[in-house]
Amino acid sequence: MLEVQDLGIRFGGLHAVKDVTASIPAGQITAIIGPNGAGKSTFFNLISGFYQPTSGRIQFAGEDITRLKTHEVVSRGIARTFQTTTIYRELSVLENAMIGHRVRTRAGLLDALLRTGRERQDVQGSRDGAMAALTRVGLAAQAHLPAGALTQEGQKRVGIAMALSSDPKLLLLDEPAAGMNPEETVNLMALIRELVAGGLTVALVEHKMSLVMGLADQILVLHHGQKIAQGTPAQVSRDPAVIEAYLGSHAHGGQMGQTTPAETTLQKGGAHA
Amino acid sequence: MTLFLQQLFNAAALGGVYALVALGLTLVYGVMRVPNFAHGGLYMLGAYFTFAGLTRLGWPYLLSLLVAALLVAAIAALMERFIFYPLRDAPHVQPMIAAIGVLFFMEAAIAHPRVFGPEFQTMPSPINTIVNVGGVTVTGQRLLVIAASVLVVFGLNYFLKRTLTGATIEAMSQNRQGARLVGIDTNRVGMLTFAISGALAAVAAALIAPINLVSPSMGEVMNLKVFAIIILGGMGSVPGAIVGAFLLAFAETFGGAYISTDFADVIGFAVLVLVLALKPQGLFRRSA
Amino acid sequence: MKRVSWGWAALLVVAALLPLLRPSGYLLDIGVNIMIFAMVAYGMNVLLGYTGQLPLAHAGFFAIGAYTVGILTLKAGWSFWLAWPAAVLLCAALGLLLGLVAFRTRGDVFAIFTLGVGVIIMLVINKWDSLTGGNEGLNGVNPPAGLEAFAQALGLKLSAGFYYLALVSLVLTVVAVARARGSTFGLSLIAIRGGEDLARSAGINVYAHKLRAMMFSTAIAGFAGGVYAVYIGFLGSAAASPAQTFTILLYLLVGGLGTLAGPLLGTALMYGLTQALQGLEDYRFLIFGPLLVVLVMFAPQGLVGLWLRERARRAVRAQGRAQAQEVNRA
Repeated sequence: MLEVQDLGIRFGGLHAVKDVTASIPAGQITAIIGPNGAGKSTFFNLISGFYQPTSGRIQFAGEDITRLKTHEVVSRGIARTFQTTTIYRELSVLENAMIGHRVRTRAGLLDALLRTGRERQDVQGSRDGAMAALTRVGLAAQAHLPAGALTQEGQKRVGIAMALSSDPKLLLLDEPAAGMNPEETVNLMALIRELVAGGLTVALVEHKMSLVMGLADQILVLHHGQKIAQGTPAQVSRDPAVIEAYLGSHAHGGQMGQTTPAETTLQKGGAHA
Repeated sequence: MTLFLQQLFNAAALGGVYALVALGLTLVYGVMRVPNFAHGGLYMLGAYFTFAGLTRLGWPYLLSLLVAALLVAAIAALMERFIFYPLRDAPHVQPMIAAIGVLFFMEAAIAHPRVFGPEFQTMPSPINTIVNVGGVTVTGQRLLVIAASVLVVFGLNYFLKRTLTGATIEAMSQNRQGARLVGIDTNRVGMLTFAISGALAAVAAALIAPINLVSPSMGEVMNLKVFAIIILGGMGSVPGAIVGAFLLAFAETFGGAYISTDFADVIGFAVLVLVLALKPQGLFRRSA
Repeated sequence: MKRVSWGWAALLVVAALLPLLRPSGYLLDIGVNIMIFAMVAYGMNVLLGYTGQLPLAHAGFFAIGAYTVGILTLKAGWSFWLAWPAAVLLCAALGLLLGLVAFRTRGDVFAIFTLGVGVIIMLVINKWDSLTGGNEGLNGVNPPAGLEAFAQALGLKLSAGFYYLALVSLVLTVVAVARARGSTFGLSLIAIRGGEDLARSAGINVYAHKLRAMMFSTAIAGFAGGVYAVYIGFLGSAAASPAQTFTILLYLLVGGLGTLAGPLLGTALMYGLTQALQGLEDYRFLIFGPLLVVLVMFAPQGLVGLWLRERARRAVRAQGRAQAQEVNRA
């Protein structure tokens, strides 16, 4: 579904992502893992058009999307969520989802001023699309509450609904389980499985190994901005380069909350900066 | 050729003044991430305080200049404490609007008939030496402006690079969050940066005022110029502000001499429009 | 929602009946001025209140609208009814040009940039003698054709005719802004205000939306400027001054950013207050300046914002009580 070739970006002299060639297969869950600063979020930012790569190509469903702007990428069918609960807290849950649907509507300022047929159609379509997305994440009943009034987990779901209402084929989730307790994490995993069963392709960056190991069909491991392994959870957790990368980063002071995938399959995740 | 050299000399003096004013503004932006629209007001206050010291109190020039710099530094620091600091987490338009309020208050206060009045005033020139070098008229005041601004710029550079407090300001303008994490007292740094920016603006005003006239709206005009400078130089960049200042001074001086004086004050902005249309990040992009 | 619409309707009826009560010319003049400047405040609100960008050239666009009507009617012999839409289109086009450059940069630079453009507009008006009359200004802009006849048909003076012209213009402005706000387009603007990066990743074409908001906003300023030109009859470059922009910014802040009633309420209150303190005219920023500071520090949401917030708080409390009662019953 998504293929990247020799993808790279430099900030000043630093290679945040370098020569990554990888693919995200359709209909599966691909997890992207790696020690802090491995370039995981940068990788997402490159795919979603937030950053322009300094080298390499990105292909999505057979189309070259390397140079597209973010909104063009979204309209091609790639939506994303952010690490933190980044949503519009002061707007209603429904409005949040409607904002995500904007990329599917065409009515502009003149339509709004003249109340054209297209405007009325788009407003209705926008509500319907947003409600459908809210139903998928189980928030239909809370549609008219201010998004900020929801729990952490609820706000995460609003973020996912916002992404879903753009009607994506590929959903990028950046640390979806951060700040969630074990029960909420389990709920989230169920939700992700449901979405994939519905035909969606999911890629996620996550530190919680329990989630990654329990959910992912494919794991892509980044280290210092480079790909060091890709394969099934079983393959990756036995990969010597992966173990070395995780242990190595521990030896150098390491990061909290990260253990080698080989060491544990039920890590609750700690405090991430 | 003589005209050209004359313009060159005048432009160097003007560039020095612009650099002083722009440096303070760019430092404040670097540390606080807020474009301080009141900066031109501080510059204007500096000119009037010096003017008052010279004409109303009969103080010598240097003393008037120093007292003005101290007073304006204090006012700038208070502004940071009572307005910008409380608004540090608010949406950016809020401190910008507050700064506009301060600027217009300062202007209205100075323009009030009981204070200085709205009309232009002439500041007596403290140095009246005029030297003629190969047909180029070199006035003592302009020489002083050049010498003083070079001195201050080097002093500031030394302060930023070689002292702990200066390094702190640099660190904060690089990364506010990071500076807080390594235990820098960011509150004090903000105030200090504002004080320095105020002092720089006041010194610049005191230096140039004997050459130009003094008026309550001089700050508004200067605002436009120094903002053009720091956008061109890259917001927050110190070297960018210096280079931008001299570029603008040359563009204005030669543009004024060879094209039209009507629009000399907005040449900077015209250049800015052109540059931004081509290069939105400014000429010297800050490395992120 | 319904109650609010009734409020607007009642206000409109009162405003429409006012001239029939034969108020003094002075009162009518204040009314016309309030309506004209409220329109400019609505224009600013589209950018500042809904889109979160601080535009500082609006007096400039207001003046461009006014001068376009003045020049086209005086020098080219156009009818006001043609010159007015032309002025609006010109302001929209210039707003687009400004936006094309200014929105290429991020956030803060936009405000600085527009401030500079505002000053340049004023300077150009001031120096372009052959077109704008320079320092002398433009004198004797005629009332729109048919306005006097309209007023006489109602048994009123020309000043009442201007009052109705301003009222109709204001109603059009409010309806246009309300429609824009209620649309998917308007929601996208709100999304940009709430966070540009988030809006971008949600798939909103931020640049295109900002450009349209800019055009809409400057077009409204030009629309108001057209009414101003024929009403005042004399045009000077002071209409374009940054001080004028900041005065309107204050109206908007007092009333409430991003609200529909705020621009009108703020303008009515502050303009009325300025009239009451006549002697202050030249030094109004002695009070307005600190007021701007105090407002953004302690009440950035303005009067209407405060009222809305209080209402929301009450609604939450009422909901809480209802829930508590249900629990008690159960």
